Amino acid sequence: MNGSGRLAGWMFVAPALLVIAVFFVLPVLAALALSVTDFDIYALADRRNLRFVGLGNYLALLANPLFWKALGNTLYFVVIGVPLSIAVSLAAALLLHSRLGRFKPFFRTAFFAPVVTTVVAVAVIWRYLFHTRYGLVNWALSGIGFDPIDWLGDPHWAMPTIILFAVWKNFGYNMIIFLSGLQSIPEDLYEAARIDGASAWRQFRHVTLPMLGPVLLLVGILTMAGYFQLFAEPYVMTQGGPLESTVSVLYLMYEQGFKWWNLGTASAVAFMLFVLMAGITSGLLWFARRRGAE
Amino acid sequence: MNHRLAAAIVNGLLIGLAILSLAPLLWMLSVSLMQPGEASAFPPPLWPKAPTLANYRELFERAGMGRYLLNSFVIASATTLLSLLFNVMAGYAFAKLQFAGREKIFAALLGALVIPGQVAMMPLFLMLKQIGLVNTYAGAIVPGMAGIFGIFLIRQYARTLPDELLEAARIDGAGEFRIFWQIVLPALKPILVTLAIFSFLGSWNDFMWPLIVLTDGHLHTLPVALASLSREHVQDNEMMMAGSVVTVLPVLFVFLSLQRYYLQGLLLGSVKG
Repeated sequence: MNGSGRLAGWMFVAPALLVIAVFFVLPVLAALALSVTDFDIYALADRRNLRFVGLGNYLALLANPLFWKALGNTLYFVVIGVPLSIAVSLAAALLLHSRLGRFKPFFRTAFFAPVVTTVVAVAVIWRYLFHTRYGLVNWALSGIGFDPIDWLGDPHWAMPTIILFAVWKNFGYNMIIFLSGLQSIPEDLYEAARIDGASAWRQFRHVTLPMLGPVLLLVGILTMAGYFQLFAEPYVMTQGGPLESTVSVLYLMYEQGFKWWNLGTASAVAFMLFVLMAGITSGLLWFARRRGAE
Repeated sequence: MNHRLAAAIVNGLLIGLAILSLAPLLWMLSVSLMQPGEASAFPPPLWPKAPTLANYRELFERAGMGRYLLNSFVIASATTLLSLLFNVMAGYAFAKLQFAGREKIFAALLGALVIPGQVAMMPLFLMLKQIGLVNTYAGAIVPGMAGIFGIFLIRQYARTLPDELLEAARIDGAGEFRIFWQIVLPALKPILVTLAIFSFLGSWNDFMWPLIVLTDGHLHTLPVALASLSREHVQDNEMMMAGSVVTVLPVLFVFLSLQRYYLQGLLLGSVKG
């Protein structure tokens, strides 16, 4: 390619790179700087009130019970929510892939519809569905003899309700990825398994799952990254309550940063979340590579 | 017989799952048409006794829903148009134009995908406050003007364009920008539609950043307005459902009319480069 072509390449990427550099890379670096200062509402008013505190914010967070609570809640949401979501997605994909199913385009669209909806709007619906007195869920449960449950008002039930909501909202996304993974498994593998007399379960266990391995890893990592960013659901459904049982890490970051204007602390919270996510992701990749190598 | 039983189970499960998926959305629609107060009853009514648009009227006349709808449309449309232009140019260049450092920059961009966007929010807020963009449409639009995922998506697709097509145009003496407008853009049309849907839905549904940067009520987007309404009107279930319908209906409509493009893009975006 000639010289003008090289220049053209740069001119084509320049606008996007500029936007990403100014509005993403620079703020990320600035957040690192911010996290070692005591930036608060006084510094917001006058920058001369800003002081360097080293790792002070991080150490204060590690000594703060609410931070641990938020971390615990977020991990609860991720550890239960991600496998549950993936299981439902895979089950839905298997149903859609089955030759016995009918009206598949309709079902596919129906399962996917919650994915495109707005979290805030459907969270409002769920808050009402799970209303202690007037909700459809308690009404249905009362029909089979259960006492009403205070879903979003009981610290033991609030997070499970949010997990159910997240599964309902998101399973369609991974379902589409699994479906295309299933369609790319060669039919003769199943043929061979059937000739060997393998049952449907054994076919799933020894053909489907291994063939889906790389897809499962990808879906697992993407879903986990998404679930660590839990925010809108507790903001709308529970406002972090009851008894702080649904305060997530990002909810804590938002409250620290934009309710109390402790932007230094909020940046430290964001970085801790980032380090945690990066650590778990590379752990998963390492685990997958080791299993793949065996 | 065994086969028919299996078919019944599969179809039964499909129907059950479809009911679970759609019931909350259908109930939302039904409750939004009820008289104020009608839904606060036990057992919860499934259908409105006398369907009414009173909740919608209340929302648009008193709660300023028209304004929020407009805000959402302006912000989502502007973000979509700008990000489409920038991402497509960059994605095409990463796929088809040679320039120094191309592979390294692209690898760095992919690496940056692991950083959650919220890390940037605190300094971004301070920065936009400094230049006077907090509480403006621009403040909500500007950070979304380019995205790594969008660039990646376009690059994946643009790599399949035949080089001969571009070379032939170059030999005919066409400049790079003319090639881009007259040959590349038309050839990329399907993926442009896909990326436009992704951007529009993403921007429309976005919550945290608009919540932070649009503190003035007049500028609230639908999700932000709905969240604050739902905190004020905890008891007005019918009105809140109407608000949810107004928020969700446009994106559901976009998805239903263009779902082929959307699902195709979802797969392209999740395949490893």
